[in-house]
Amino acid sequence: MRTLKFLLQKEFKQIFRNKSLLPMIFAMPIIQLLIMPLAADYEVKNINISIVDHDHSSYSQKMVSKIISSGYFKLADHGSSFSDAFKQIESDRSDLILEIPAQFEANLVRENQQKLFIAVNAINGTKANLGGAYLSNIIKDYNDNIRLEWNQPARNNVSPVVEVTSSNWFNPFMNYRFFMVPGILVILVTMVCAYMCSLNIVKEKEIGTIEQINVTPVKKHLFILAKLIPFWVIGMIVFTIGLFFVGRLFYDIVPAGSILLLYGFLSLYLVALLGFGLLLSTFSETQQQAMSVAFFFIMIFILMSGLFTSVDSMPAWAKVIAKCNPVTYFIEVMRMVVLKGSGFSEIKNQFLIMAGFAFIFNTAAILNYKKTN
Amino acid sequence: MKEIVIKTDKLTKRFGDFIATNEISFEVYAGEIFGFLGANGAGKTTAMRMLCGLSTPSSGTATIAGFNIYKQTESIKKNIGYMSQKFSLYEDLTVLENIKFFGGIYGLSDKQLKEKSDMLIEQLGFTNETKKMVGSLPLGWKQKLSFSVAVIHEPKIVFLDEPTGGVDPVTRRQFWDLIYAAADKGITIFVTTHYMDEAEYCNRISMMVDGQIKALDTPASLKKQFAATSMDEVFFELARGAKRSD
Amino acid sequence: MIIQLIKIFVKQFLTFIKKEFYHVFRDKKTLLMLFGLPIVQIVLFGFALTNEIKESKIVVCDYAKDAASRQIITQLDASRNFEIEKTILTHQQIENSFKEGKAKLIIVFPANFNDDLLHLKKAQVQVIADASDPNTANTLTNYVTNIINGYQKELSQNDPVPYQIITETRMLYNPELKGATNFVPGVMALVLMLISVLMTSVSIVREKELGTMEILLVSPVSPFMVIISKAVPYFALSLVNLTVILLLSVFLLDMPFNGSVLLLFAESSLLIITALSLGLLISNSTASQQTAMLISLMAMLIPTMMLTGFMFPIENMPWPLQMISNIVPSKWYYIIVKSIMIKGLGFSAVWKETLILLGMTIFLLALSFKKFKIRLQ
Repeated sequence: MRTLKFLLQKEFKQIFRNKSLLPMIFAMPIIQLLIMPLAADYEVKNINISIVDHDHSSYSQKMVSKIISSGYFKLADHGSSFSDAFKQIESDRSDLILEIPAQFEANLVRENQQKLFIAVNAINGTKANLGGAYLSNIIKDYNDNIRLEWNQPARNNVSPVVEVTSSNWFNPFMNYRFFMVPGILVILVTMVCAYMCSLNIVKEKEIGTIEQINVTPVKKHLFILAKLIPFWVIGMIVFTIGLFFVGRLFYDIVPAGSILLLYGFLSLYLVALLGFGLLLSTFSETQQQAMSVAFFFIMIFILMSGLFTSVDSMPAWAKVIAKCNPVTYFIEVMRMVVLKGSGFSEIKNQFLIMAGFAFIFNTAAILNYKKTN
Repeated sequence: MKEIVIKTDKLTKRFGDFIATNEISFEVYAGEIFGFLGANGAGKTTAMRMLCGLSTPSSGTATIAGFNIYKQTESIKKNIGYMSQKFSLYEDLTVLENIKFFGGIYGLSDKQLKEKSDMLIEQLGFTNETKKMVGSLPLGWKQKLSFSVAVIHEPKIVFLDEPTGGVDPVTRRQFWDLIYAAADKGITIFVTTHYMDEAEYCNRISMMVDGQIKALDTPASLKKQFAATSMDEVFFELARGAKRSD
Repeated sequence: MIIQLIKIFVKQFLTFIKKEFYHVFRDKKTLLMLFGLPIVQIVLFGFALTNEIKESKIVVCDYAKDAASRQIITQLDASRNFEIEKTILTHQQIENSFKEGKAKLIIVFPANFNDDLLHLKKAQVQVIADASDPNTANTLTNYVTNIINGYQKELSQNDPVPYQIITETRMLYNPELKGATNFVPGVMALVLMLISVLMTSVSIVREKELGTMEILLVSPVSPFMVIISKAVPYFALSLVNLTVILLLSVFLLDMPFNGSVLLLFAESSLLIITALSLGLLISNSTASQQTAMLISLMAMLIPTMMLTGFMFPIENMPWPLQMISNIVPSKWYYIIVKSIMIKGLGFSAVWKETLILLGMTIFLLALSFKKFKIRLQ
């Protein structure tokens, strides 16, 4: 135990003395947490629309102003030439084109039916779909209004109406930040701890100081523990700053569930994560290798964690990968506890699985760390 | 009868088909300065790593300070000191912190730590340097500090792996003064080097060529045996036919 | 005489490059990452990651159990994208099932649904969404609403609708709405940027740390050549990666390739050089490998992923972020790739972005060399 004290003193001193490293560990995550969630937004707004109006009637103008005043669209151009509008799509100044044929109003009255042409830049399929859907909805609305105006109302209200009342629980304002901030915080803590931990051990290997420890009676598990603990502490600190300072002050996120529960899971998660970092370090001889391998895995962890895209939507084989990814579970837990106030009984599965990860990674790391060849 | 602190019997280390250390057998007595010589690639470092418990032998037996090299590596480690080629002090810790750290993990009590570190600092003349980062010390000072730290717990044997690389002859001489002082206290010194003049400072030396021990005796006897006037010549005679080199 | 000098110069340069290639190719674990990562990303983005919402669990509480509710439920069930479970839940049970993360959406049909429709001409359906994930909540709510609206339309099918405006939509560049067209250029940008920055940021510092830098500096080759020779293997490697990504996307993911291959490679080379320059700058500005690595890994990974524009549209972001995205080189490259590969446009369409990248590269290189020179003195 005394040995552990000496080892820990050395580790902490080395970390906190490194003036160029400290900002990376603390400042970098915090800055990113302040900025990155602001970027995450799947909602489609500010769609640039080019209107090609061959009709120039009062009704086509009304339709156009209805589209613009919806708030979803920004008018990029209002002209008379389709090829001009197309050039704008090519140069990304516009996202979609609405073409109103000549005699629009007249034809609508005369033939009871009229077509409008929409061309959408579909490189981003989701955006195209949504943009097209919004536009269609606005036009349908406009259509309904015209019908009401031109038709005698008496004739029409025979059809039944189903009213859908929707309510959104836990996040009534549909604030996407609430969803992203906990997830991004997890990723940031993960990166700091996993990278730092694996690099730290390999550095000693590369420089040679690890040999000096290997010849001493210091036991394997104590050495590893001394490498784990400082980053466990750092992980806790970064998480705390992230959740309470950035999360609360900047994003107004107040955890709905038990903070104790959150920290309990965090502690376990950090143990598993650091075990993973250690395991990686046992496979690398140089810092460069450790970095490459860590980068490879962290990348996969991030993509398959459900942070940006949902795990449920993945094909079965991909779900397996996601289920083998510790980050997935922490993000789940974060979202459940922080946003929904889930309690221990609701996340006990995740606890169990994380304990499993912690056990597997750390055991493998210890077994693999050989002092003797 | 002098106490035997290191005894090996046909100690071998293989890496696949390559036999780095080939059935070496020798004994080292308590308190002696034993020089473990050989050209680069002869197998010195491999042999020493086995003796320190850093590497498991492929075959053969050995006891270090009375402990079995296969089964009692932890006990071996408690009773030896080690200083490697790279000196292996923490460059980003101060002189005092390094001393306290290594002393602490070898089990010295706080009282002992205080006593020993004071003594050590005074002996080395580092009184004004205790708070300096080891990284900022000149090479010769680092060497001396490394050695002192390696013997701070007064081990039975201290293993030195090419400790004097890269310093001038005066500094090397001063370093050997430290070694003598330790030997006088009863610590066995097991040192590898390829500075042949340092071989003269040892009580006995062994010479490894191509993984085997080709000679083991006092410097004086070896010079007589090979009709040489210096250890350089002895070495040249033995190593000439060597097939392995860096 | 000059030709002699040039010959010697080239020979020395090539020797350095050979050494650097050896370094790279002897490190198998690093190679795993360098070549494996792009392939893994394409596979994941191509087959595993999608913005679509599938297999979410929707629970229907049908208190009515009449013809109308059953019809709607059948239609909901018809889409194989979601899992419909029919059961009755109390308020508490609803809350629990959200908290356990089991259900994502609950639909409640009140007891007199059909009757209300027939007699009152108006009925209500309650949709409760777990909005902790707003995207899923929105999508599911819209899906359900659309089906219900469709049912409503069916009911009124008998009345002809006058003055019908019909919209005809044409999807440009990507008629099948494949996800690949959006993210493959993004993966290209990400891979080329990150790997190059990562590897070169370490290369110079490594030699400094290990002490082998001085040996290089005393050699007859100019120090600038030393630096450039470090970047060359990663340049070649990145081009190989680019080729692999393109082959995979075109043949495995059915991605269109409408523009000039030559132009694409030229622009890609430019981005690679930009990234290499950034890596060199980092390498010249740090004293330890650890710091260099952390800057590349931590400071660059998430911003590059999120500000290139393929995960989230940049136009949606608050304008300070849009400003920041302007200094992320991969953002410009992403635009260039889309223009060339998918829109099939030529250089005239991308000269502005190319110029910006060029400017960034020159700036970064100039800064690197300046720092390197200062170090030397």
